[in-house]
Amino acid sequence: MTTPLYKKTAREIRDAVRSGAVTATAVTEAHLARIAEVDPKVDAFTQIWTDEALAQAAAVDAKVKQGVDPGPMAGVPVGVKELICTRTGKTTCASKILENFRSPYDATIIKKLDAAGAIFLGKVNMDEFAMGSSTERSTLKTTKNPWNLKCVPGGSSGGSAAAISADECAMAIGSDTGGSIRQPAALCGCVGIKPTYGRVSRYGLVAFASSLDQIGPLTKNVEDAALSLNTLCGRDPLDATSADLPVPDFTKALTGDVKGLRVGLPKEYFTEALNAEMREKVEAAVDVFRRGGAEIVPVSLPHTDYAIATYYIICTAEASANLARFDGVRYGYRHPGAKTVEEMYVLSKSEAFGPEVRRRIMLGTYVLSSGYYDAYYLKAQKVRRLIKKDFDDAFEQCDFVMGPTSPIPSFEFGAKTENPLEMYLADIYTISVNLATLPGISIPCGLTASGLPAGLQMIGRPFGEETLLRAAHCYEQTSGITLGEPPIA
Amino acid sequence: MSKITKQDVEYVAGLAQLRLDDAAKERLVREMGDILAYMDQLNELDTSNVEPMMHAMEMTNVFRQDVVEPSLPREEALMNAPVHDGEYFIVPRILEGDAS
Repeated sequence: MTTPLYKKTAREIRDAVRSGAVTATAVTEAHLARIAEVDPKVDAFTQIWTDEALAQAAAVDAKVKQGVDPGPMAGVPVGVKELICTRTGKTTCASKILENFRSPYDATIIKKLDAAGAIFLGKVNMDEFAMGSSTERSTLKTTKNPWNLKCVPGGSSGGSAAAISADECAMAIGSDTGGSIRQPAALCGCVGIKPTYGRVSRYGLVAFASSLDQIGPLTKNVEDAALSLNTLCGRDPLDATSADLPVPDFTKALTGDVKGLRVGLPKEYFTEALNAEMREKVEAAVDVFRRGGAEIVPVSLPHTDYAIATYYIICTAEASANLARFDGVRYGYRHPGAKTVEEMYVLSKSEAFGPEVRRRIMLGTYVLSSGYYDAYYLKAQKVRRLIKKDFDDAFEQCDFVMGPTSPIPSFEFGAKTENPLEMYLADIYTISVNLATLPGISIPCGLTASGLPAGLQMIGRPFGEETLLRAAHCYEQTSGITLGEPPIA
Repeated sequence: MSKITKQDVEYVAGLAQLRLDDAAKERLVREMGDILAYMDQLNELDTSNVEPMMHAMEMTNVFRQDVVEPSLPREEALMNAPVHDGEYFIVPRILEGDAS
């Protein structure tokens, strides 16, 4: 085997490091060299923690040498989204308002990954405060899609997806409020899973929309997603909304077959809004499941068309409340010209929030304001229940729901920044999953004629990650679809 | 005709503690108008008998033992403050009068 170390999967790296076949130091060096080689083109990484990563790797290697268990993620190089609090480096949320913020504590998932032997290579790019679907809203840099450098990587976890697809790390942490893990995974041709709300602690995730946000991994394959979830999931006393449920060994769910599974195809996901090429890929995927012995069941999610309106009321309302904390007092940017407390609030926010963040704060403030609360916010909470009920009803007939992740493949920079509503509409297939608090996974299902990845999404019952992983893994193993290497050109 | 006026945008900006220039206000009148008009499609649905989904997880009262845990050292709690004096966060004067 002469596969370069940076091409190896997390599981391969973990096994090789644990057995002593390769050192975590060698793995880390190989990835740092890969970053130095390709990141000037891709621009996924916003911070590179060379010294800290090599120190972590040396600690893992010392454990292996002493015969001490180095952990289930030993030596796995990880990229961390800019909104996860880390004591190392900065936590900027890709925003001017936090451009110098150094978290005094680590997020729970950072502590867990560190204890599991993972190596943090640095931080990766995102849309400011995770508000966007293309990573063009970052104030830090412009991340490119490794499959076509003229095209966006998706968002908001665009840096995470691009870094995986360009082999700069073996696992990347993303967060998903309305598709921000799954959509960039689809656009960059990697695997991304949003676990059920409550599966993963949100302690140390800078809040965007608290009833929708969830942390999850982006990986090169489904097995690595399962392996990562083993470490990431679980109850955390520091997050009262984390679920008090046992965490299974997710890798045991990868049985390699889908016999007897019932795959629900919602008719609302296969309308004219779906690009013809994407439809073709998803239909080919349906055939793979049929051939594998799964039962294909037509289902209906009748409130699908109302999901975007519902989502953008709830997420902007929650965002406007969450972002009110950036007052220039305890942390974050303070305008130097502020003479009064009110000026400090107003000038600091007005100067340091970007246009998309300001727009969402304005919308959220509007829908919560006196006279409009019932008409917008309360109405959206009611429709949210109807959307959740659609899925509950569908799961009476099927074990998971399948369809495209995004109605369109990646697009060129600037193509959708002028019309915010058009950008929102591209989230049609992913946002219902957050509204209904369900787990969803995106895996590659081919390349378009222009060489851009297409993503297949599977949506499961609450805490049904094992079924999703089993189905996605079987598809990956039996579809015969491999994307090959992105040209990074 | 936009759903909202420039006066609406100014009122909401005040609530949100944002200061906008004229160009930004004009743009928001248009963009928020479009987005709010799109959101109005929810009115097609009769939700009179639907309970609002107020929580992502329908759980109540997550308790823990009332014990003191170590908290952030003062130095670290202050380290990101734009202005502090080693003990307190410093903000511009709130009360009128002479500094003394």
